[in-house]
Amino acid sequence: MHEVAQLPWGVALAYLVAGVLFIFALRGLSSPATSRAGNRYGMAGMGIAIATTLYTHDVVALPEIIGAIAIGGVIGFITARRIAMTDMPQLVAAFHSLVGMAAVVVGAAAYLSPAAFGIADPATGEIFAASRIEMGLGVAIGAITFSGSVIAFLKLNGNMSGKPILLPMRHVINLGTLLGILGLVAYFTQDQAPWVFWTVTALSFLIGFLLIIPIGGADMPVVVSMLNSYSGWAAAAMGFTLGNTAMIITGALVGSSGAILSYIMCKAMNRGFLSVIAGGFGAEAAVSGGEAKEQRPWKRGSADDAAFLMQQAESVIIVPGYGMAVSQAQHALREMGDLLKKEGVSVKYAIHPVAGRMPGHMNVLLAEANVPYDEVFELEDINSEFSQADVAFVIGANDVTNPAAKTDKTSPIYGMPILEVANAKSVLFVKRSMGGVGYAGVDNDVFYMDNTMMLLADAKKMVEDIVKALAH
Amino acid sequence: MDFISILSIFVMACFVGYYVVWSVTPALHTPLMAVTNAISSVIIVGALIAAAEGGDGLAKWLGLAGVVFASVNIFGGFAVTERMLAMYKKKERK
Repeated sequence: MHEVAQLPWGVALAYLVAGVLFIFALRGLSSPATSRAGNRYGMAGMGIAIATTLYTHDVVALPEIIGAIAIGGVIGFITARRIAMTDMPQLVAAFHSLVGMAAVVVGAAAYLSPAAFGIADPATGEIFAASRIEMGLGVAIGAITFSGSVIAFLKLNGNMSGKPILLPMRHVINLGTLLGILGLVAYFTQDQAPWVFWTVTALSFLIGFLLIIPIGGADMPVVVSMLNSYSGWAAAAMGFTLGNTAMIITGALVGSSGAILSYIMCKAMNRGFLSVIAGGFGAEAAVSGGEAKEQRPWKRGSADDAAFLMQQAESVIIVPGYGMAVSQAQHALREMGDLLKKEGVSVKYAIHPVAGRMPGHMNVLLAEANVPYDEVFELEDINSEFSQADVAFVIGANDVTNPAAKTDKTSPIYGMPILEVANAKSVLFVKRSMGGVGYAGVDNDVFYMDNTMMLLADAKKMVEDIVKALAH
Repeated sequence: MDFISILSIFVMACFVGYYVVWSVTPALHTPLMAVTNAISSVIIVGALIAAAEGGDGLAKWLGLAGVVFASVNIFGGFAVTERMLAMYKKKERK
């Protein structure tokens, strides 16, 4: 046990206030109406934390620090203004990597200059044993967050194939590396030699990379949530090193937030967290899906057919998926919804929790296109309404509508909760071609139903054509 | 503060986090990730200390690098969250 440098009570209180404001920031997100106030609380908390730190330390390097904040701030602000909403998953991954890297450099700075952080014995200059563990873990988690997020970014941004990359013996290699890191962190308490610290850092960068390469593109919602969680734990570990309550509270909040999101995503795919993390999902399924290709009859429709069908309908439920994001069809889709509403058709949107590449991805895109959020429904709130709906309009979603998840025990997606579009009187299915199967590599029975009409085209193009057909 | 007090704060905060995050509406999960991202950059506190007091030359520069990384995240994270939240609108009453 050690005493971290005693903070004056006013300072400790200021950090606590910052931590509480961060709690309010998350609390605000319980409803879109209060969310913006929440975001302001978050900003205030951050302002207090930064001001307090600068106020309580001998800041010799103030011009440099202000310069550093200005550089980072301008880069961050411009990126945030310019980024397309469809690129949000990449942006979040990139931001995660920065938190990870910041944790690594803070850990390294604390290791090189422990006296500045008050974590060294003033007599011997040795770092306290407890601080070494916290520092070692903080750097390790930070490095994993960094390299893992970089890979996630490359996969989401399309610089790297979304297909899982499977190394031979990967489980053995990964487990060995993880144990090596833990062993070295334990050894670090006995010997604070530079090689121990830097080996921990290097191995952690490596394992972050190894952990994410075998995970396929559509499992990215889980990965992004998991890395979100790690970035929190990294901040918490550093908070322990510095005895800083703002960092500890925030770290715990972010850590649990990411963990809960990962859990929700896994549940929505009916897969265990470990099975997702072990990776390789898309690769194995695609191989087995290749053999049982049978030709079944299906119906193809045109934009005019679709427009006619929906005009006659009383209610239409739109089911968007990743394909809508890829072709940026959300604006055209909203126009279509508006035209239908003018004709007196009731229009609702149904969102599956894992649609898209990150939690809530579809909701943001629909919000961007000005779809009011009270027309957008979650899976459990709308699933019973499909049986009364005249048309289910599926756009760029596949696995999340596949009835095989309920009926076929051998299917890789068996047990996954699905949107029951098959119950609607008719189904319009927008898809680029009949050839491609969804991420899980399983054929979808919905394509071949009597009441399904396949609209084969780029999603945005098809919706625009339907809008034209509706307009005249 | 001694280790046990810090640990108590941490454990309590995990519970608070658990309940607060479950109450977040699924429609706002993307802004949730963006804002948690921004607030986890409170790690800038550590970077500021290193930059301000890192006696050793390298520690100071590492600290400054940390300040840049964390500031990108703070400004970027809050700004992008703000931008997203501004898009969520209710149905207009006719």
